[in-house]
Amino acid sequence: MSNEQIVHTGTSHGTIHGADDHGHGAHHHHETFITKYIFSQDHKMIAKQFLITGMTWAVLGGLMSVLFRIQLAYPDQNFPILETLLGHWAKGGHITAEAYYALVTIHGTVMVFFVLTAGLSGTFSNFLIPLQVGARDMASPFMNMLSYWFFFTSALIMLSSLFVETGPFSGGWTAYPPLSALGSASPGSKTGMDLWLISMALFVVSQLLGGLNYIATILNMRTKGMSMTRLPLTIWAFFFTAVLGVLSFPVLLSGFILLIFDRNFGTSFYLSDIFVNGIGALPNEGGSPILYQHLFWFLGHPEVYIIILPGMGMVSEILSTNSRKPIFGYMAMIGSLFAIAILSFLVWAHHMFVSGLNPFLGSFFVLLTLLIAVPSAIKVFNWLTTLWRGNIRFTPAMLYSIGFVSMFISGGLTGIWLGNSALDIHLHDTYFIIAHFHLVMGVAGIFGMYAGIYHWYPKMFGRYMNNTLAYIHFWVTFAGAYLIFWPMHYEGLAGMPRRYYDYTNWESFKMFAGLNVFISIVAIIVFAVQLLFLFNFFYSMYKGRKVASQNPWGSTTLEWTTPINPGHGNWVGEIPEVHRWAYDYGKDGKDFIAQTTPVGAGETVNH
Amino acid sequence: MMATVSDQQRKRIHPHKFSLWVGMASILMMFAGFTSAYIVKRNDGNNWLEFTLPPVFWYSTVVILLSSLTIFLATKAFKDRNMARYRVLITITAALGVLFTVLQWTGFEYLQNHGVKLIGSNSNPAGSFLGVITGVHMLHVLGGVVVLIVLFARAYNSRKKNYSTVPIEVASTYWHFVDAIWIYLFIFFNIVSA
Repeated sequence: MSNEQIVHTGTSHGTIHGADDHGHGAHHHHETFITKYIFSQDHKMIAKQFLITGMTWAVLGGLMSVLFRIQLAYPDQNFPILETLLGHWAKGGHITAEAYYALVTIHGTVMVFFVLTAGLSGTFSNFLIPLQVGARDMASPFMNMLSYWFFFTSALIMLSSLFVETGPFSGGWTAYPPLSALGSASPGSKTGMDLWLISMALFVVSQLLGGLNYIATILNMRTKGMSMTRLPLTIWAFFFTAVLGVLSFPVLLSGFILLIFDRNFGTSFYLSDIFVNGIGALPNEGGSPILYQHLFWFLGHPEVYIIILPGMGMVSEILSTNSRKPIFGYMAMIGSLFAIAILSFLVWAHHMFVSGLNPFLGSFFVLLTLLIAVPSAIKVFNWLTTLWRGNIRFTPAMLYSIGFVSMFISGGLTGIWLGNSALDIHLHDTYFIIAHFHLVMGVAGIFGMYAGIYHWYPKMFGRYMNNTLAYIHFWVTFAGAYLIFWPMHYEGLAGMPRRYYDYTNWESFKMFAGLNVFISIVAIIVFAVQLLFLFNFFYSMYKGRKVASQNPWGSTTLEWTTPINPGHGNWVGEIPEVHRWAYDYGKDGKDFIAQTTPVGAGETVNH
Repeated sequence: MMATVSDQQRKRIHPHKFSLWVGMASILMMFAGFTSAYIVKRNDGNNWLEFTLPPVFWYSTVVILLSSLTIFLATKAFKDRNMARYRVLITITAALGVLFTVLQWTGFEYLQNHGVKLIGSNSNPAGSFLGVITGVHMLHVLGGVVVLIVLFARAYNSRKKNYSTVPIEVASTYWHFVDAIWIYLFIFFNIVSA
């Protein structure tokens, strides 16, 4: 079924203005290839740059997971193709232990930071904030451009670390010292770690520049009539995401600065009483590796909300649009976002329950952690009640949004287990953790991203993606995600530790050999289906069906009042004025009422 | 750049000024991270070296306070369009900024001479913390000096007259901010090491 069929079944309403296909912005200035596609200051182009870079890393990060899943499934078999691909990292077609841990480390780093932070909030904050608040561009388009190029440089340096002789960093994505602080600790702690640190420091700068802009734009550049409580929930989510980033990334940076001094200038912030095989006792005295964990997780926990909040915002918007119903509990949605943002700063020590943390102190962190279940449950309730008795259109974006809610529930419930410090003694560092955070953050985050791409693709490129491919992509990914991560709960409950290279000599986990093969095969299938998505994405950019109407989804929000292919400046002529909130669907017998429509006589006002 | 921003949009506060405030919150969080780490490390009581702060830090404190006064007067001069006075005052401010970092550096040397190694083998985290935290602060002061040099160059560009007070106001707010950070750090080091 085509998008137009889905959208216009039973709906003939909706104001469609004459579509201006070329969309001359109010300030049509001369653009060369370089200023338009490379050093662009147009937020829409910067968003696409973030998206393409994020997608490139998603492919690399995904490929890494396929490689280490091959090792986990077939620890005793040789695959000559691996030697062709990885050279001496897979001598004789068998991935070495160092390479395995490097793959795990870089998979985690790039998925968390490059794909689900820069690729997700970088793309959609950039694309949607000016369009949905009614601004011609960001508060500082120049800083916005810098934000992307810092990210690009950071990504390039991380990429280069894959090609150094001693390999990329291999000490886990959290980069705990001493493995991260001592070059002599392992091959992966040498040049690879230096590059990792430089790359991440640049990444923090990129995030700060971006976050500054998002906050300033949302608070200062809203169009006339766009009060804070008329903002779409996407914008509220991006706002809290940016606030979290701006307040937590600097703390990570301070941790990194101390780490740089320990690595390069002989200080002992994190090091004490260390004996390295082949070198002997180190002179470092008085440091504490736990200190790094505090600094890391003070960012690390807000970071998981930086990943999930943009998805929450976009899903709220897409669920409401495609249910043809107002979002249920708009103010409760904002309140719960706020509560999550506050609580995210107060729970970091639940990552450190078994680090020797005072159990009395730990009980406070248990309480605060479990409190997050309250705003999370409010959000889930509101999404389900938005769907309830809605006139649902199952577009690919809608399926991914429903999938997001499903993943968030499944992964969120195990969070309640893990938040208990007593249970955590058994479950920490097992596959149960892997299952939990992949479902609730990884898969849900990427589902939010896919939902956003499918929903706003027509606005980005003026064309539709192919629906058949999109449906195949969704169902295989959705089923695959559960088939991959659900069994990991059982492995984790049985005590199977994460990050290990080979479980065959471990009597307790021999029973999981078949399950590991199963998980790996599904992972390869799911990865292949993502390539189908990539094909759909790039093919549709040039050959996809053209968007014929300005507002293909029948949405109320401002981005659909711009020309089909908006130029730099977004609106031709005046920026429209806003007269109502963003969720007037199915009101007074009308399918939807755009935010730009003035309130009619005798009409009830929601906001 | 700002030409793309419509004049009809409501502006409560200039976006650049607002961005600065958010940026300052961000910098503040970094120093909060550093000083919390300092407290956590100090309280675990494992091999912590006690030492007194270099006396020269008192002089650098006076210098940075003075520079706050001069940049305040510079902003005032700019608003009165007294450009000659403005150029002199921002030059003095920048010079005081450089003097501040030089004094901090002599403070480091004082510590080295009194047996407190800041970095390198056998350094103690107590000294290293002081070095890293004040060092990062020095970089922020020098960043402010660079901004002042840019403003200075702009003030001499006779072809382009600039009447917007936003750049000097942004620079001035930032300058007061790094000043306040130093006061915070100075009090912090004095109290926790007392």
